[in-house]
Amino acid sequence: MTLIGWAQIALVLAAVVAAAIPLARYIAAVAAGRVTFLAPLERAIYAAGGVDPARGMGWQAYTLAMLAANAIGFLILYAQLRLQGLLPLNPQGFDGLSPWLAFNTAVSFTTNTNWQAYSGEAAMSYLSQMWGLAVHNFTSAATGIALALAVARAFAAGGLKDLGNFWADFVRMALYVLLPLAVLVGLVFVAMGMPQTLAPYAEATTLEGATQTIPLGPAAFQIAIKHLGTNGGGFFGVNSLHPFEGPSALATALQTWCQAVIPFALALAFGHIVRDPRQGRALVAVMLTYVVVATAIVYAAEAGGNPLHLALGVDPAMGNMEGKDLRFGQALVALFTATTTGASCGAVNAMFDSFTPLGGMIPLFLIQLGEVLPGGVGSGLYGMLVFALLAVFVAGLMVGRTPEYLGKKVQAREVKLAMLAVLVLPAAILGFTAVALVLPAAIASIQDQGPHGLTETLYAYTSAAGNNGSAFGGLTADTPWLNVTLGIAMLLGRFAYVVPVMALAGSLAAKPKLAASAGTFPTHGPLFIGLLIGVILILGGLQFMPALALGPVAEHFVLAAGKTF
Amino acid sequence: MIAILRPAFAVVALLTLFLGLAVPVGFTGLAGLAFPTQAGGSLVQRDGKVIGSALIGQEFAGARYFQPRPSATTEPDPATPGATRPAPYNAAASAASQLGPTSGGLLEAVQARVAAFGGGPVPADAATASGSGLDPHISPDNAARQIRRVAEARGLPEARVAQLVAQQTEGRELGLFGEPRVNVLRLNLALDALR
Repeated sequence: MTLIGWAQIALVLAAVVAAAIPLARYIAAVAAGRVTFLAPLERAIYAAGGVDPARGMGWQAYTLAMLAANAIGFLILYAQLRLQGLLPLNPQGFDGLSPWLAFNTAVSFTTNTNWQAYSGEAAMSYLSQMWGLAVHNFTSAATGIALALAVARAFAAGGLKDLGNFWADFVRMALYVLLPLAVLVGLVFVAMGMPQTLAPYAEATTLEGATQTIPLGPAAFQIAIKHLGTNGGGFFGVNSLHPFEGPSALATALQTWCQAVIPFALALAFGHIVRDPRQGRALVAVMLTYVVVATAIVYAAEAGGNPLHLALGVDPAMGNMEGKDLRFGQALVALFTATTTGASCGAVNAMFDSFTPLGGMIPLFLIQLGEVLPGGVGSGLYGMLVFALLAVFVAGLMVGRTPEYLGKKVQAREVKLAMLAVLVLPAAILGFTAVALVLPAAIASIQDQGPHGLTETLYAYTSAAGNNGSAFGGLTADTPWLNVTLGIAMLLGRFAYVVPVMALAGSLAAKPKLAASAGTFPTHGPLFIGLLIGVILILGGLQFMPALALGPVAEHFVLAAGKTF
Repeated sequence: MIAILRPAFAVVALLTLFLGLAVPVGFTGLAGLAFPTQAGGSLVQRDGKVIGSALIGQEFAGARYFQPRPSATTEPDPATPGATRPAPYNAAASAASQLGPTSGGLLEAVQARVAAFGGGPVPADAATASGSGLDPHISPDNAARQIRRVAEARGLPEARVAQLVAQQTEGRELGLFGEPRVNVLRLNLALDALR
């Protein structure tokens, strides 16, 4: 670790927080319907759907509308991927995807996971990328923000009958928040070197006379929304490591900013929606603490290098460089890694599979903690609010008082629903991993032997259920078994999680909002921040620790003992 | 049911037309006007022929050129259907080794690269495969270790080649971000231009 490395990390995080503050106000204004610069288009969309954007929806109606929009989006994408070979804008003549891969990919992009069992430049036509996958980067992110707004509104006042209108939230977040940011960032990305063209792949004759096929495409715009929407699905196979997708250290720094800024802004926007900005700042403090600690661990582990390689005569100055490109440096790799997994993005600017054992454990553990640090756009905020409710519940148990959060009493029904949501993740991750580790068809997909092989499988189901999308890439993921089970894990992680959360929001919304009294536990001070940090670690992380001990922790000691497989 | 599905279909279809077709096509036009070189892939030409992209590494095996980092990209093996064979810097299929830290195969590969480099300490970028398989850069240390070989193969004074490496070495971006590095294609083009 170096001072100049930490200066890069500090500057990017400062830029994230500085931008999140005004963006939070803007998002709150959009959510309240006060931003209207695309009003004619917005009205046309509502008219075509027969939607009255001013009509409030209860939690059931809101959730059903969300599920319907996602189901339609899934079907369109599945059909398009299957029929790719017959559709236009396919200069490389790629065939349609197999049913398994098309199912997995359509689920993946609908659930904001962007797990990729294919390699972009070798499988996807320009039409599939631009009009299939990139659109889902917008809609899945808008879905997440809409859900977060609905949950946030439940705390805003007492005796609420509705949580807002899903269609209005969905359309406004896509048009007024995601689109303008994507256009601006996309243009900067083009200037930095990312291609944006519909021309076919270029053929070059290298200086030594070989032929090199250089893939192109409408990449920059899709890459912008991929980070802003914390989707993470790469235009090219190796994601933000590809020289066209991460052309420079500045590009990777800007991508880090993009994947963190909306999640942090949403936590602050929550403070505006409940008319108590201190509440949002407390959540940001928790998120930021985890991001900094996680970055420090990855940075230290990767900059330290692989002891076996150093013993062979590799210069320790650059750290572990297997699976990394030179231009980013270990500091920006560590920060990108912590934000992409803490924020449910899943883009990568280094290959986790080749990280040192402890360096690779951090992204895995951040996803297992529930994708709330700062979490995906929207999903991070509602996930964090579930943990906040559990934290006040734990505090209430200690002093024997009915817990309250923002004036809403947290009672048996709410705690049950919150725990139901929190338990989806360990059930999906550990259940599927356990099955995969005894099933020959799944074991055949593992590349590395020893504890690392277990980590490859555990990471895949963690990434899928956590809707992250990053991978230990040695795993051969494009098999019927993995395509289907990972697809189911993604669906559970997104929808089986959010339905109880929406029920919880509906239940809280209807409750009266109590005024704070002398006995109220303040949820904006350092005591609550510390408690919430602990609750996330224990309730979110404890059930995964045996699996981590068998995977990355065991591998760490194996490596220290000098054993290879 | 129809009451739920009609808005879903209409809203998703219209957003798809707008965000998936109208905006990206307009954006592509704008990007091509504002930044034609970058939007087209930063292609580099020599004598009117495309010889690569400034951002994408390419393979250099001969002693006369500076050599890039090891690359783990592959191509389909014509001898065995479904199998692949090593093809360094195959830009049509970016890929990393994905080998873990306790991989014996990785350890052997690193050992062979250290030996080929003439013993340690070997710059880490020369001993390990890049993440993209297309890394266009090497570290200044790595370049410095290759100066003598290139100078001998070309019959040039070492000082002349060293001067060229110094000219082609890029510092940290904005003096802060990333790492100092040398673009191998640009350096080798400059070498060829010395004739």
